[in-house]
Amino acid sequence: MADKIATRVAYGNTLAEIGSNENIVVLDADLSKSTRTDLFQKKYPERHFNMGIAEGNMMAVAAGLASCGKTVFASTFAIFAAGRAYDSVRNSIGYPHLNVKIGATHAGITVGEDGASHQAIEDIALMRAIPGMTVICPADAVSTAALVKQAAEIYGPVYLRLGRLDVPVIYSSDAQFSIGKGVTLKEGNDLTIIATGYMAEPAMRAAESLKAEGIDARLIDMHTIKPIDEEIIIKAARETGAILTCEEHNIMGGLGSAVAEVIVKNHPVPMDMVGIMDVFGKSGKPADLVKMYGLTPENIVEKAKSLIGRK
Amino acid sequence: MDDKTRLQLKKTATLIRKGIITAVASAGSGHPGGSLSIADILTYLYFVEMKIDPRNPKDPDRDRLVMSKGHCTPGLYAALAHRGFFPIEDLESFRQADSYLEGHPNMNKVPGVDMSTGSLGQGIAAAVGMALAGKLDKKDYRVYAILGDGELDEGQVWEAAMAAAHYKLDNLTAIVDYNRLQIDGDITKVMNPEPIADKFAAFGWNVISINAHDFDEIEKAVNQAKEYKGKPTAIVAHSVKGKGVSYMEDQAQWHGSAPKKEQAEQALAELDEYLKSLE
Ligand SMILES: Cc1ncc(C[n+]2csc(CCOP(=O)(O)OP(=O)(O)O)c2C)c(N)n1
Ligand SMILES: [Mg+2]
Repeated sequence: MADKIATRVAYGNTLAEIGSNENIVVLDADLSKSTRTDLFQKKYPERHFNMGIAEGNMMAVAAGLASCGKTVFASTFAIFAAGRAYDSVRNSIGYPHLNVKIGATHAGITVGEDGASHQAIEDIALMRAIPGMTVICPADAVSTAALVKQAAEIYGPVYLRLGRLDVPVIYSSDAQFSIGKGVTLKEGNDLTIIATGYMAEPAMRAAESLKAEGIDARLIDMHTIKPIDEEIIIKAARETGAILTCEEHNIMGGLGSAVAEVIVKNHPVPMDMVGIMDVFGKSGKPADLVKMYGLTPENIVEKAKSLIGRK
Repeated sequence: MDDKTRLQLKKTATLIRKGIITAVASAGSGHPGGSLSIADILTYLYFVEMKIDPRNPKDPDRDRLVMSKGHCTPGLYAALAHRGFFPIEDLESFRQADSYLEGHPNMNKVPGVDMSTGSLGQGIAAAVGMALAGKLDKKDYRVYAILGDGELDEGQVWEAAMAAAHYKLDNLTAIVDYNRLQIDGDITKVMNPEPIADKFAAFGWNVISINAHDFDEIEKAVNQAKEYKGKPTAIVAHSVKGKGVSYMEDQAQWHGSAPKKEQAEQALAELDEYLKSLE
């Protein structure tokens, strides 16, 4: 785990790479140096449009471009992509099922100092509830690159949830991914930890600590939250008897809820969730905030242990 | 305005500019450029014009100010601190996890903040609501909203503008910080909002254009807005982003980045130098 690179940077680099496909158009809303669509803009300025600080408009413009056959990547911070522009995303992109990929960066509380107004903790819930929307939340740069490429290849709306912070690269460069299929990072039979996005790496550290204490946790990186990988969840429920989800998102409506929906219908087992406990975030250094909000390996370990006690 | 008042306001504005630098430098992040460009306007409003009481920050009869461009907390907080709403030293805790001084305005945590903002375009709409409530309750408070020129990209600004004119909210003054820069650069290149004054006029507003760094012009415009009946007033305030710190002036990169230690020291030294020249 040598390098650290933000998933938004991997997103920008990948857009620049796939930009040779002349059908791709990129939109931004006065944040191109932050969303890193500037990396695409430098190579293909004629297919990059700054729409100004007008996210609702940008998403509906993306829909119009897509209706004329373009593959559109529309980017801004997650809070504005999923929140401010929600109705455009829902009614102009989701309802007509148009080919727009929403590159939503700066998701979650690891946004840090900008504070609650800029920390999307409900975006997975909002996007997941739109029929036909694919929701992807990659853990590192390698998986981001692969999933952005796949998102460009499939038809239909995709929400890509990306982070601001530099995060460790957890995958080797030849790792394989496919939208809708979770990745088993570690085998184990005492319980299953299912993590998404930023939380995958702390979950890996938690699994190591648990192992040192004699608890063998299975660990799954659920990079696609919709469509969710039912098979891997049901198998984990059957074989390990307990499931703990970890997400940098409100515990309502996100990964935990998506997993619970599968478990309840197919193979109920004790479950718990690590995430934002239905409160708004605040300003602070990301490292301080993840501690304050319990998004740490320590909290995962603690919840894992008490969850096993309920088996 | 008499010479003594003008001189005092210049001094206060300089202290507020120092507070802006202190806050963002301590935090290691934040928005100095657009805070420095409105320092003089904030000084005039908080120290001369607004009916407010730091001991009673939620007084229902107070004048209100909505920082619609919510990222400019360094300017807002420095003004509130110097006006006595909270200790000036607290500016050093800006954006820290154990502080109440949130990166964007929080009306429930920070004394003197009238509206929680941060998502551009919404503050002006909330200000319309406050002005409407003032009319309903037959109160004579005034509402001020400070907008960025980049912020004018948001359609909601114009929805609010239409509503304010429709309901003849002459108790509302919107001030556009016309510094000609947004994050990705020159406003006319990113998404041209011009002609700004004509747009507000076409939406049914009384419009006044001023130099944002001239206290006499600020005073005249604010008073004219108060006297104007039947329409809200937009003050288009021609400003310099980063005003008062030489290396930040008119530079897009100082929109949202904090000066390093030596840079902050240089900025504070420049501002001290200016203070001395006023003596
Ligand atoms: C709805 C929304 N979109 C994007 C942002 C991110 N953002 C913060 S400041 C800014 C640029 C603002 O430019 P301007 O209004 O000109 O502000 P000023 O120059 O006065 O600092 C942007 C895009 C935001 N805060 N809210
Ligand atoms: Mg501006």
